[in-house]
Amino acid sequence: MSIMKLTATTAAIALTTTAAFARDNVQVAGSSTVLPYASIVAEVFGENFDFPTPVIESGGSSAGLKRFCEGVGENTIDIANASRAIRPAEVEACAAAGVTDIIEVRIGYDGIVFASDINGNAFEFTPEDWYKALAAEHFIDGELVPNTLSNWNEVNPDFPDQPIQAFIPGTKHGTREVFEEKVILAGCEDGGFFQAMLDAGVDEDTAEGTCMAIRTDGRSVDIDGDYTETLARIDADNNGIGVFGLSFYENNTNKLQVATMNGVVPTTESIAAGDYPVSRPLYFYIKAAHIGVIPGLKEFAEFFVSDEIAGPDGPLAEYGLVSDPELADVQETVADEVVMGSGT
Amino acid sequence: MKTSLLKLDTRTKKRNAAEARFKAYGLTAIIIAMLALLILLTSVLGNGLSSFRQTFITLNVELVEDKLDKSGVRDLEVMSKVTTISYAPLLRDALIAELDERGIENPLSNRDLGDMISKEAAATVRNRVLANLDLVGQTITFDVLASGRIDAFFKGDVTMESAVLDSNTSPEALTIAQQLADVGVIETKFNWNFFVWPDASVQRPEAAGLGVAILGSLYMMIVVLVLALPIGVASSIYLEEFAPKNRWTDLIEVNISNLAAVPSIVYGILGLAIFINFMEFNQSSPLVGGLVLTLMTLPTIIISTRAALKSVPPSIRDAALGVGASKMQSVFHHVLPLAAPGILTGTIIGLAQALGETAPLLLIGMVAFVREYPAAYTPEAGLFGEASTALPVQVFNWTQRSDPAFVERASGAIITLLVFLLIMNAVAIYLRRRFERRW
Repeated sequence: MSIMKLTATTAAIALTTTAAFARDNVQVAGSSTVLPYASIVAEVFGENFDFPTPVIESGGSSAGLKRFCEGVGENTIDIANASRAIRPAEVEACAAAGVTDIIEVRIGYDGIVFASDINGNAFEFTPEDWYKALAAEHFIDGELVPNTLSNWNEVNPDFPDQPIQAFIPGTKHGTREVFEEKVILAGCEDGGFFQAMLDAGVDEDTAEGTCMAIRTDGRSVDIDGDYTETLARIDADNNGIGVFGLSFYENNTNKLQVATMNGVVPTTESIAAGDYPVSRPLYFYIKAAHIGVIPGLKEFAEFFVSDEIAGPDGPLAEYGLVSDPELADVQETVADEVVMGSGT
Repeated sequence: MKTSLLKLDTRTKKRNAAEARFKAYGLTAIIIAMLALLILLTSVLGNGLSSFRQTFITLNVELVEDKLDKSGVRDLEVMSKVTTISYAPLLRDALIAELDERGIENPLSNRDLGDMISKEAAATVRNRVLANLDLVGQTITFDVLASGRIDAFFKGDVTMESAVLDSNTSPEALTIAQQLADVGVIETKFNWNFFVWPDASVQRPEAAGLGVAILGSLYMMIVVLVLALPIGVASSIYLEEFAPKNRWTDLIEVNISNLAAVPSIVYGILGLAIFINFMEFNQSSPLVGGLVLTLMTLPTIIISTRAALKSVPPSIRDAALGVGASKMQSVFHHVLPLAAPGILTGTIIGLAQALGETAPLLLIGMVAFVREYPAAYTPEAGLFGEASTALPVQVFNWTQRSDPAFVERASGAIITLLVFLLIMNAVAIYLRRRFERRW
């Protein structure tokens, strides 16, 4: 093994004429939802500071956090973007690899909207409608019956007679989790199906699982790609209704019309006010051990959450980010390098 | 009864019919293939050709001292603190002044009017001011980018009808743009910068270019060429000319053929494990990308080199050995030069394959947003150690962006990639035609 390593190192020296591989740019990876925001900040950061523009990779929240937790050192990433909070299991994995000090930064909120073809029917949804339309099985009179609803007017008599065809994010997306919890599960609870199951003696976990099981008969299609793929599917099938991020919808308002949820139109304002129910916080995680080692890391993080960038009038809000009402606290967290679990 | 030769019997007719049918099948196959190519090319060219043209606005920008250098000391360090956010209003004011001067009606709010100018423009102006501090206080003419929607309007992708529904532009803005274009303030012209500029964020599709991607691809191709060619040729010569034919060489041969068919993502996994985790090279660097692509290209080069060596007739070797040349002399003086065209062709085709590869780069961090031009060598990062992307990666990235203007950019990048591939393949064909010898 040592001979192999020696050979490898010799080859490395021969190739690069130096054995030290330092990096002077910040390296970021993670959520594809956060990617556009991060790239906007990186661009402005690069043109206004003396530091090089950070390199931003996508690949998903889980993949990003996994790479974040690979260890400390210049060949590991400095920041992981995530469209959900880091899980305890991931914190443990990080700690096991020596990444003990993690700074959690919440950059704002992202709305999840339901949109359909601009020339199609308009919809006014409630979570309950979505639960009825997409649940794998309904709990009716004490037993589970497979969902056979095929048209929206069967879900709710107010809806037009249009076949149910939904394009929802695949399971690798953080968005899917929010969709299941804030729309499907919420609808299951609002409609009293959850309570009915509990009353019938089903335990809570099973009831939740049953609520969130999505039908697999083709009425609901998982999209593993990006929102551009969802948009292409809706272009091809005008009856389709897709799940999008608010910012994606706002950049394609000439092709899509957005549906209301509980009577509220999704906008950055209605989400900030808490009226629109389907939103989720976006985060990035900083490896505290890299601050001071990688030039510009702290400056980049501070710039990211500064008022001129992440505030309500900044470029991120313009692109569709709902700015965090507690931005000042977040700025303080970054400035003081408050790590997770230090009892804030 | 003997029939005339001119009159076909049933069997001959049947055979002729079978032949005609077979020809028809072949022709249909070719037509389907050509149609597929035609559809691909029309869609790519139709979408992408417009990316080589870009809309610019000519503005006389007053570089107000109050805004850019309050202290008036003209100190670079102080003035660097003034960010692009402070430069944007200057451009907007210049546009307002231009509209006033031309007598063009302006129903737009200041914010919407400012959105007609690319966000990149502020950086353009700021860079020029910081490069020459004496410009402050003067009125300078700048040729700045128009925003993506205005650009798309002049390319026909945004229309008055679609603008009504579009939250990023309005028919009023397009009317103003049209009037400015009529007097020559707005102009759509050929855009070399598409090949020079780095990638840009989702907010400025108009400023996105292929510069970093082309550099990254170039560096990787250099690494592949420098490593794969000598290693590939040396191993083929040894296997073909010197190695004893036994079970071991058979095993190696089978393995090389197998490796040529391994899915490319496997090389990415290998690259991540060896070059990044074990040897600790930089992530996202063309060095690692090149090494991974080298591994991927080696089997192709070895197989084609061996085929080229095999095609040299044994009489050449025998003649050389017969006049007293050593085995090595016969190989290097006679066999290798004769096999060179075949080797070169194989190498170029291997390189072309590597140029178009995305999957292995996903795992080593090259599918990224990179705006800094990678240097070929820096003392810190080593040779080809700075982060970059590659051409096919840029296509992949752009197709995922939300702004519709990136569709055009992605197609433009595909055209650029296709042109590079076409050139490489044409060179390969030329070399084969020019130097190939038949016996």
